[in-house]
Amino acid sequence: MSPELIGAVYILSAILFVYGLKLLSSPATAVRGNQLSSLGMLVAVVVTLGSREIIDFRWIAVAAVLGTIVGAVAAQRVAMTGMPEMVALFNGSGGIASLLVGWAALDMGGATDAELPQTTFTIVTILISILIGGVTFSGSIIAWGKLSETMPSRAISLPGQQFISLLLLVAMIGCGAMMVAQPETWNSTLIYVVIVLSLILGVMAVIPIGGADMPVVISLLNSYSGLAACAAGLAINNTILIVAGSLVGAAGIILTNIMCKAMNRSLSHVLFSGFTAAKTAT
Amino acid sequence: METVLLGFVLMLSIFLGFELISKVPATLHTPLMSGANAISGITVVGALTLAGGEMGEWATWLGAAAVFFATINVVGGYMVTDRMLGMFKKKDEPEARV
Repeated sequence: MSPELIGAVYILSAILFVYGLKLLSSPATAVRGNQLSSLGMLVAVVVTLGSREIIDFRWIAVAAVLGTIVGAVAAQRVAMTGMPEMVALFNGSGGIASLLVGWAALDMGGATDAELPQTTFTIVTILISILIGGVTFSGSIIAWGKLSETMPSRAISLPGQQFISLLLLVAMIGCGAMMVAQPETWNSTLIYVVIVLSLILGVMAVIPIGGADMPVVISLLNSYSGLAACAAGLAINNTILIVAGSLVGAAGIILTNIMCKAMNRSLSHVLFSGFTAAKTAT
Repeated sequence: METVLLGFVLMLSIFLGFELISKVPATLHTPLMSGANAISGITVVGALTLAGGEMGEWATWLGAAAVFFATINVVGGYMVTDRMLGMFKKKDEPEARV
């Protein structure tokens, strides 16, 4: 299939996503909205499989079948009361997928010498998708742990948490700057550092928040996973990833805000509750 | 130029996202979150092009792993949302028809 045709079908699936989200926000039409949105996803996947770029289907088939089985079984087995945890786990797997896409995109320039060296823009978007994807993944796992009480659900505050988080972020920006400055020298080594730092940052972001606020946190992380997909789309130059990702990113933020209002709390209060608790304790 | 166009796409989708979700009732918060989460599994499309394209071996592996995780997100996300909405519908059906 030609890239133009694929682009046109991507527009169709974006319309289905938008319309699906619209229907999902009203009780009478919600089921239909979800179906429309899943149809959009199916259309996007099928047309992508038909693109000329894809020449080897073996690994795709194995990975897709395994993923479908795991996702379907998990979705069927989960108890109704365990839904928020399940959504957290699914969200985490979406986050790590974006991280892996970013990582693979970084590697694909290095593997084939014929390709042009990666531009600063590509490296920056790759780093953003790894950062947000990693934070989404580890944050979602912590949120799942707190909700399912596999770990203590109270707010855990470590000494100097704010400082550690800031340090992590600075270290990550430093690594990013080095990778942008000298991609050939630093890409292959510093990428691991960036991945590890982003995973730790996700833990640091969610661990000081109490279990009762977790639904809001999951909604926020959902928004992050959308932004991660959007960054991955910018890195590999794929429009449907950018459109759908930023749509989820924006919808997630506004939904987070609405949920906060429904619980009578402010977003900043939820996010920094652990920090303020630590402050009053000292 | 391409980058500028992508920036416009990003900006417009963000405005659209804000518009779509402004008046949602509290009962639909969790299904909507889950449904939006399933859409963020769109990364699967990017993962497919990396896993099946003519890339290095390492990139193919990473792409395949990404396909696996993104598929979990997509399939699980939509199924879970459907289950939640199914329960919701049964409970509220008489009111919904009025």
